[in-house]
Amino acid sequence: MGFLDRLLGRAEPSSRDIAKERLQLVLTTDRTNISPALLEQMKDDLINTLSQHVEIDRTGIELSVSQGRGYHRVVADIPVLRAREVPPPKPPRRTRRTTTSEE
Amino acid sequence: MGARVITVTSGKGGVGKTTTTANLGVALAANEQRVACIDADIGLRNLDVVMGLENRIVYDIVDVVEGRARLRQALIRDKRLPELCLLPAAQTRDKSAISPSEMVQLVNDMRNDFDFILIDSPAGIEQGFKNAVAPADEVIIVTTPEVSAVRDADRIIGLVEAEEKGPARLIINRLRPAMVQRGDMLSREDVLDILAIDLIGIVPDDEAIIVSTNRGTPAAMHNHSPAGTAYRQIARRILGEDVPLLTPEPQTGLMARFSRWLRGE
Ligand SMILES: Nc1ncnc2c1ncn2[C@@H]1O[C@H](COP(=O)(O)OP(=O)(O)O)[C@@H](O)[C@H]1O
Ligand SMILES: [Mg+2]
Repeated sequence: MGFLDRLLGRAEPSSRDIAKERLQLVLTTDRTNISPALLEQMKDDLINTLSQHVEIDRTGIELSVSQGRGYHRVVADIPVLRAREVPPPKPPRRTRRTTTSEE
Repeated sequence: MGARVITVTSGKGGVGKTTTTANLGVALAANEQRVACIDADIGLRNLDVVMGLENRIVYDIVDVVEGRARLRQALIRDKRLPELCLLPAAQTRDKSAISPSEMVQLVNDMRNDFDFILIDSPAGIEQGFKNAVAPADEVIIVTTPEVSAVRDADRIIGLVEAEEKGPARLIINRLRPAMVQRGDMLSREDVLDILAIDLIGIVPDDEAIIVSTNRGTPAAMHNHSPAGTAYRQIARRILGEDVPLLTPEPQTGLMARFSRWLRGE
């Protein structure tokens, strides 16, 4: 960033910060084999499952993979607005199980 | 007791493995250690020219493994530092000319005659890398403060651990303190945050490396260059001395600023 930019307060992240952030992201994929696309998929699945029981603030969801050497951990931070008042539609799996046990 | 066998590797090419092997060899030999440097980059022989010994090669590592020459005939003794030897790579063969178990055997045959055996690994994660790491007691990983080099270093750290040769130690090469200071290069702390391994040295980016490579006299042979000094300090750390590991500071003198300005930095 040049002197003039600094003077005018046009603060942009430095290329050093960008490099560090990009590295951290790409290494998450390298180390865990969990790609950003897979993470999105997991996020959608989590939303679907949880929405059956609670109302979720979709904009506030954060899902990340943290890692040390030798372990990985998926960390989900999902803001809940309120519990659903009406009982959720019965998931198909349970219906089927009930039928089976009646037989 | 036998030699300590240290492999210098990186994943990415061109980050300074060969430069590091040559300079650590010189610096350890200058500390009265008997040192053999092995060029394991078969097909892309380079350690010989960086050490300035290219004119004296008669036999190479593949000749020894295939029984055409004895070890003593292939080892080149550096006349400037009589404790320093080079076992050159073959230039007209490829990595498959030697197997990891042959490397282990070869190095074991050398252990009694040296205090240190330094192995210069080729880039990559295939057979050449495996050959270089197989005989290692310790591994030094070289990286530069750049996204691609650090990413590859991370991969290598994992592979070294998988081969049960860890924990590896890190050299950050070609650091430019002025660039770090103005936010245009990953810092020592950034790289260590990401890789989470022990640091054994920081080598600044230094024209003296290019000049000394031109001449075939590794920078650690002279007393004055910043990179040569860094390599000598790393050698002392390898020898167990407690040498403080300072982060290089940007030069702030008027002349240094002027020359940076001339270079357009
Ligand atoms: N600290 C340094 N300062 C300046 N140039 C360097 C430094 N380290 C390495 N180089 C240069 O970088 C290039 C690649 O180095 P080399 O040791 O051959 O890498 P590698 O063996 O990992 O492929 C060479 O031209 C070398 O002179
Ligand atoms: Mg090399």
